[in-house]
Amino acid sequence: MSKILILGEHDAKTLNPATHKCVTCAKAIPGSHITVLLLGADTAAVAAQAAAIQGVDEVVRIDRAENAHPLAASFAPQIAALATGYTHLFGPSTSFGKDLTPRVAALLGVPQVSDLMAVDGAYRFRRPIYAGNAIVTLEADPARILVATVRVASFEAAPSGGAATISSRTLDVSLPSHTRYVGVHTGATDRPDLQTAARVVSGGRALGSAENFKLLFDLASKIGAAVGASRAAVDAGYASNEMQVGQTGKIIAPQVYFAFGISGAIQHLTGIKDARTIVAVNKDPEAPIFEVADVGLVGDLFQVVPELSRLIGA
Amino acid sequence: MQKIMVCIKRVVDYNVRVRVKPDESGVMLEGVKMSVNPFDEIALEEALRIKERGTNAEVLAVSIGVADTQQQLRTALAMGADRALLVQTDQPLDPLAAAHALLAIAKKENPDLVLLGKQAIDDDANQTGQMLAALWNRPQATYASKLAIDGTKATVTREVDAGLETIEVDLPAVVTVDLRLNEPRYVKLPDIMKAKKKPLDVIALDSLGVPSPVSFKIVKTEPPAQRQKGIMVKDVSELVDALKKKGLI
Ligand SMILES: Cc1cc2nc3c(=O)[nH]c(=O)nc-3n(C[C@H](O)[C@H](O)[C@H](O)COP(=O)(O)OP(=O)(O)OC[C@H]3O[C@@H](n4cnc5c(N)ncnc54)[C@H](O)[C@@H]3O)c2cc1C
Ligand SMILES: Nc1ncnc2c1ncn2[C@@H]1O[C@H](COP(=O)(O)O)[C@@H](O)[C@H]1O
Repeated sequence: MSKILILGEHDAKTLNPATHKCVTCAKAIPGSHITVLLLGADTAAVAAQAAAIQGVDEVVRIDRAENAHPLAASFAPQIAALATGYTHLFGPSTSFGKDLTPRVAALLGVPQVSDLMAVDGAYRFRRPIYAGNAIVTLEADPARILVATVRVASFEAAPSGGAATISSRTLDVSLPSHTRYVGVHTGATDRPDLQTAARVVSGGRALGSAENFKLLFDLASKIGAAVGASRAAVDAGYASNEMQVGQTGKIIAPQVYFAFGISGAIQHLTGIKDARTIVAVNKDPEAPIFEVADVGLVGDLFQVVPELSRLIGA
Repeated sequence: MQKIMVCIKRVVDYNVRVRVKPDESGVMLEGVKMSVNPFDEIALEEALRIKERGTNAEVLAVSIGVADTQQQLRTALAMGADRALLVQTDQPLDPLAAAHALLAIAKKENPDLVLLGKQAIDDDANQTGQMLAALWNRPQATYASKLAIDGTKATVTREVDAGLETIEVDLPAVVTVDLRLNEPRYVKLPDIMKAKKKPLDVIALDSLGVPSPVSFKIVKTEPPAQRQKGIMVKDVSELVDALKKKGLI
């Protein structure tokens, strides 16, 4: 039997859907027994959400005042202490999981599989390298715990309908004082979240200004989409950091992705290749984005976007 | 701030379109342009700025890799590093092995700050800094987009999914850098000449006496699934029709 421990991600109120995707990945391992681990100051609300995911057998809570913010230096020793007896430890490939999971792996003295994208067996997996230009199949030693981050864009969210048991644990682990949380600044809006949105409208350098990005926000509002951006657009200050899509930004898998004035550099494409449908608008017919687009239109975005908003709104 | 250690990885240049070998044994690296990992250039630039801001810290560039990695370390010296160290090995290392080797160097050199890239663009692992911090039992601040040093502590702004998070860490600490921390300087010809005279030491990985950590077995390397070629539409109304037909709007 595979005993799988999943590092649940949450903001105290809501369990991040990345957790549901890790569950789907874990379920692909034959004979898996799945435990979701939650660290926080008060995880009661999110524990109930985790217990309701189909396929989860157990939810373990570690509530402690110092766990109010996910500092890897504090979380990692607690997770490492709890990991004995598990065959697999999965974190999501979000900034939370990517920061934390390798620290746990090193404490456990084992290597890590990053961005696990497909399960071929309990100890056989695939993952992308070179910005997705190559896919490697890896085999791990069953004698050791297998630590991995799960590439969330590769898995559907597990549905609800489960009723796992919830238990609380206290751990006798002393936590370092060398790392302190100060605060977070979010560009939070009531728009759909980029990583889970079914529709994403994205803009590149061609937008030319933050002001012009409003065109995309208008279209996005009309169709209930999240808004993304290329690195060039973020670097130029037209869009905020958390909007970046790509190798070093967010890897997303929406139903439909609209790329306006994005050339289609490999680093950008790696972030969208799991999108069901890619729509590209670019004034250069040779732009590489057209090689991956399902629907392409050669045209000026400043003309196309307002017209599209109008026609869709009608 | 006396000393900053910057970790430099030699990787396939980001402009190269990497191809898989027909026999699935790996990717084609023969004759391909190699460069400093782009994130590591940003890490080095940050170290140089901290030095130039008046701390006058020594900037040490460290790499673990094949003999030819001296080229990338010369680039680091030309950018402004004071000294370079190559831990030479012909074995490809995974992040845990790299972290063990970097730990051995950190213990010898006692830097106040270790800067790494957030990820190497070859393996896209995003692990080494976090693993080094764990093994060294020191703070980690990953994905830094802003770094302020104040005596014995650093305040780091981190690019996280939700936006920008700020944490405070005691030094020595491990910081991994993100794209927007700075824009690396260009190397000028006189700097390349000067770099030739700067110290570049080479030691064998074996001489560090670090355990050779366990790794995964690579079964095969394949090209990614290709997307089907799509359609081109003439104008916006055709675009709307195509979207409607796919049930997307
Ligand atoms: C280590 C590394 C990591 C990176 N990570 C990422 C990443 O995560 N995400 C990412 O996006 N990039 C990333 N990049 C950058 C990437 O290589 C490209 O530079 C970037 O994606 C280009 O952005 P762009 O397409 O907006 O700009 P450009 O390449 O400048 O393209 C602009 C496009 O707009 C078109 N255009 C201009 N005007 C109009 C108009 N009026 N109407 C319609 N079309 C118009 C042009 O024809 C052109 O195709 C990374 C690079 C490196 C080195
Ligand atoms: N062999 C190496 N030599 C020096 N630095 C390395 C090496 N491998 C990884 N690093 C550092 O660790 C960072 C993250 O790499 P990775 O964990 O492989 O994505 C890189 O940007 C480098 O700064």
